[in-house]
Amino acid sequence: MRLEVSDVRVERGGRRVLDGLSFVLAPGNALIVTGPNGAGKSTLLRALAGLLPLAAGRIAIVGADHALPCREVAHYVGHADANKASLTANENLAFWAASLASQQGGRSALQPAEALASSGLQRLADLPVSVLSAGQRRRVALARLLVASRPIWLLDEPMTALDAASQTRLGDQMRRHLDQGGIIVAATHGTLDLSDARHLELRH
Amino acid sequence: MGGALAAQFRRELKIARRSGGGASTGAVFFLVLAAIFPFAVGPDLNLLARIGPAILWIAVLLSTLLGLDRLFQADYEDGSLDVMLTGEMPLELIVLVKCAAHWLTTALPLVFVAPLFGLALAQDGAALVRVTLSLLVGTPALTLIGAIGAAATVSLRRGGLLIAVLVLPLTIPVLIFGVSAAGAGLADPVRFAAPFAILCALSLAALAGAPFAVAAALRYGGE
Repeated sequence: MRLEVSDVRVERGGRRVLDGLSFVLAPGNALIVTGPNGAGKSTLLRALAGLLPLAAGRIAIVGADHALPCREVAHYVGHADANKASLTANENLAFWAASLASQQGGRSALQPAEALASSGLQRLADLPVSVLSAGQRRRVALARLLVASRPIWLLDEPMTALDAASQTRLGDQMRRHLDQGGIIVAATHGTLDLSDARHLELRH
Repeated sequence: MGGALAAQFRRELKIARRSGGGASTGAVFFLVLAAIFPFAVGPDLNLLARIGPAILWIAVLLSTLLGLDRLFQADYEDGSLDVMLTGEMPLELIVLVKCAAHWLTTALPLVFVAPLFGLALAQDGAALVRVTLSLLVGTPALTLIGAIGAAATVSLRRGGLLIAVLVLPLTIPVLIFGVSAAGAGLADPVRFAAPFAILCALSLAALAGAPFAVAAALRYGGE
């Protein structure tokens, strides 16, 4: 399956943020989106996740068994971590595993405990998220990528607040996802160590 | 699909229990409201017995407004709503499950303590049964109508008072038929059955319609 974006225009508050944007991503492709603040990086990711309406153009998944909207095959990790402070890391992940589970089957996903272990958080699994540091919360949010198997990862500033070891770990996870035929669209100001990733620079 | 809904339901109950005070704050607020009415009305037991059902209904109505502002706003602010929208579960069903959990944790405790507070308002046994039954079938409508207000104000930081202004006028039919079912004499069954049946109908109509209105408001607010 491929992700096809053709002539997409998105308006926010009457202002054209994205206009005439087109690209095609095949399995194993990564697209790194860069650009100054307000250039539309987050807007692009939210539009891909189906959270913003398109003023024009089309976002389509081509070559899947069923006609699927992009949002149902994509993981969206935005600026907000989407974890409840009063629940433990394990409980948050267990909820997302059930909530994001796919009817279509697909690759088997990790159990919440395994996902936390592979993010180096096994000792914090039973602590409420409210007592975790910003970087640890971010890692819990990113562990969501592993508990439900979805081919497209939409990552908004994934490296924010992560320490060096966690950045390396996330880089490894992203490369493994691409090797298994996944697609990644990541917005960043920093550098993502993905060889042969394509780049898209957005301007005002 | 059932698994995802059950997980959502368990999550809402856990959050309600841990964040603390949801159910008990509502019940205490209910107690305070029910307790200050007799001070305003004066020590006339006959008058109190006559207007008791109305006092209890208004107190419950105001108590259900508590906590409505966080029903969807908490998920909106921490990004959970965005991720829920990427699930295969229709937002309408998620809304229904969230409302059910909210009713169970905030409104049902009020129904349970209502007969207790009714005693303080000089209600006799039959009147207590009527009030409790009418509240049991009427509060789902209050929660669901309130959810529409909560969804419409989801992106407003201080939407609490606005929710009350939006929601209270819409709850007038529920209040009218709730109080008339609660206050009607059981000696004449028709007078209880008719408003009670309409009250059931209002709850069912809210159950059928509100999730769509809430989901539409949340999708619009999420943009």
